[in-house]
Amino acid sequence: MQQSFQGNAVARALVFGAALGVATLAGTSAYAKVEGDKIILGSAISITGKYSQEGKNARDGYDLAVKMVNDQGGVTVGGKAYKLEVKYYDDESTPARTAQLLERLINQDGIKYVLGPYSSGTTKAAAPVTEKYKIPMVEAEGASRSLFTQGYRYMFAALSTSEQYLSSAIDLAAEVAEKNGKKAGDVKVAMAFENDPFSLDVRAGVLDQMKKYGMKAVIDDKLPRDLSDMTATMTKIKALKPDMLVVSGHTKGATTATRQLNEMNIAVPLVAFTHCESADLVEKFKKGAEDILCPTQWAETLSYKDPVFGTAIQYNTLFLKTYKDYETVPYQAAQGSAAVLIWADAFKRAQSFDTEKLRDTLAATDLDTFYGHIKFGPAGNNISKPMVLRQIQDGKYNVVAPSKWASHKLVYPRAAK
Amino acid sequence: MLDNFQILVAAPVFNVQLLLNGVLVGAVFALAAYGLALVWGVTNVKNLAQGDFVMLGGYLGYELAKHGIHPLVTVIPVAVLMYAFGWIVYKLVISRVIQRELFTSLLATFGLAIVMQQSMNLIFGPEVRTAESGFNTRELFDGLVTVTDIRMISFVLCGVLALVLVLFMKRSRMGQAIRATAQDARAARVMGVDTERVYAFTFSLNAAICGVAGVLISMIWVLQPFYGIAYSVRAFVIVTAAGLGNLPGVIVMALGLGAIEQYSGFVLGAQFQQATVVGLLVLVLVWRRLLLQRHRQALQ
Repeated sequence: MQQSFQGNAVARALVFGAALGVATLAGTSAYAKVEGDKIILGSAISITGKYSQEGKNARDGYDLAVKMVNDQGGVTVGGKAYKLEVKYYDDESTPARTAQLLERLINQDGIKYVLGPYSSGTTKAAAPVTEKYKIPMVEAEGASRSLFTQGYRYMFAALSTSEQYLSSAIDLAAEVAEKNGKKAGDVKVAMAFENDPFSLDVRAGVLDQMKKYGMKAVIDDKLPRDLSDMTATMTKIKALKPDMLVVSGHTKGATTATRQLNEMNIAVPLVAFTHCESADLVEKFKKGAEDILCPTQWAETLSYKDPVFGTAIQYNTLFLKTYKDYETVPYQAAQGSAAVLIWADAFKRAQSFDTEKLRDTLAATDLDTFYGHIKFGPAGNNISKPMVLRQIQDGKYNVVAPSKWASHKLVYPRAAK
Repeated sequence: MLDNFQILVAAPVFNVQLLLNGVLVGAVFALAAYGLALVWGVTNVKNLAQGDFVMLGGYLGYELAKHGIHPLVTVIPVAVLMYAFGWIVYKLVISRVIQRELFTSLLATFGLAIVMQQSMNLIFGPEVRTAESGFNTRELFDGLVTVTDIRMISFVLCGVLALVLVLFMKRSRMGQAIRATAQDARAARVMGVDTERVYAFTFSLNAAICGVAGVLISMIWVLQPFYGIAYSVRAFVIVTAAGLGNLPGVIVMALGLGAIEQYSGFVLGAQFQQATVVGLLVLVLVWRRLLLQRHRQALQ
């Protein structure tokens, strides 16, 4: 398999080289940063491969925002209205290809403004390329904490990073404790995190937040990749009676924890898992999934809004009307749309096409969108949009925290199911 | 780590919980391990795809249960289907490597494991699946200890199945033929035993046993196309420690392994739950080697 993969890569390189030669000879390298009344953004994103669905979600998000911005008169720079357009290449969901195609977008097609790929892995491959050519990239689909520890100057991310996933749950625990006349520092937390980069990011964020409040971890288990049993951890929970349980172990972690928590009749007042939605907890466990807290990047019930799309729920309606093949709006799409709004805003404020000027303008972004507020920290991550916590109530995901955006009241404490 | 140990000393009731959880699920490990020992003893093929047979059985049960059959009832059709699957695999793969050297059969079953994992991934998807038995949870010691009915039922079912297998091996013609082949295949052939049929039957029987284990696992834990390896490792640890042809040994080891996993998960943390199993295998092998050395010295 390795062999054929390499063979494939060689073949691709040959085709690529030939195409490059032909293109140079014929002088068809037509794309530039701005053409006539068009500003062309570029993205190497998953059209095929393992992230094809998520990649499509992101692209549909990009396209919808581009259409809306253009329909509303486009972007005015220096008194002239420009339309946005995105040039896509298929990175086949492989990081090496993403890097290769970005080189092509920048060197051959002359793209100067980049929208990110889908996934942390491919974004990790894209960032060094955009840094090398000093081309600004707004990404919306790579959440890994490690993306923001490299000192990248030209990368900006619309979404909350992975270490934020469950840290708002810790805030909620502190809030609840104080409301009940207890000290936040007295909250006992049980943690179970899988031993993989994403979950360890989530864990790091939880630990940081716990340190802030002086909370204590009474259980800190790391789940192996193929562990399908958490009863030993659950027995410890029974013995130590923590005030809160946080678990991040992809769909398997959420499924196993929900089932065994219920089977062993354990009552933990606050329970928060990542991946509730993808694990289909409501469908699998019905009542057993009630009152579990789940973090999300975005929910259509939030009261965020902007002049292009209106409110979050209006975005939701528009998206479903435009793309008939979706039943609900995937958050990848909402993020993608937000990234385009960030670009449009930057052009308007910079009143220039100069990449350095745009970079500085992007860094100073302070923008309200239907997806949440956008403001970048020094590392390029969005520091102003919190992760939202939803609680499963009567089989529905209702926003309960942060309290500013809550649409429903928190059900507390969670009883044994 | 010490804190967790102190809990067990201060509140011994949690020992009961750990033991119950461990022993009850250990019975399911015993099934898979017994199947492995059977094939190993009779055909000398070490089936590295054992855990994947368990997963496949679980998935078949899960799919059948979608059509309104109670998951527990699916053990019967799954056992039949897995028997057929085992027979096909035997004819296609195992029969061709059975007479070859050890390495060939190891490679063949390793390949089989990969093909099965990828096929399950393609057919059933990579998501985690569970089957709901819908049974209750019982509380003991004022709710400090809980035990689910499905675990009790599967424990009893495993016991009954073991008993049936023992009787079958002892009493039936086929059972006798299997034991004869395991002792000396050539002599068995000379005495008129169709060893080829015995091999095929043994392998298919093993697949059926794994299928039953898989259905039980789908109701107790979770299914995922790539989780088979954990059951293969457990089965190997149990059989290696207990020795071939030692059914009581297999049962004791399996139940013990279940309990040890629970204790290591409790005291050391979930990250050591499976590491303990593999560590145990190393210890068992070292211990066996020491025994063997002493045995050799005695002979000299």
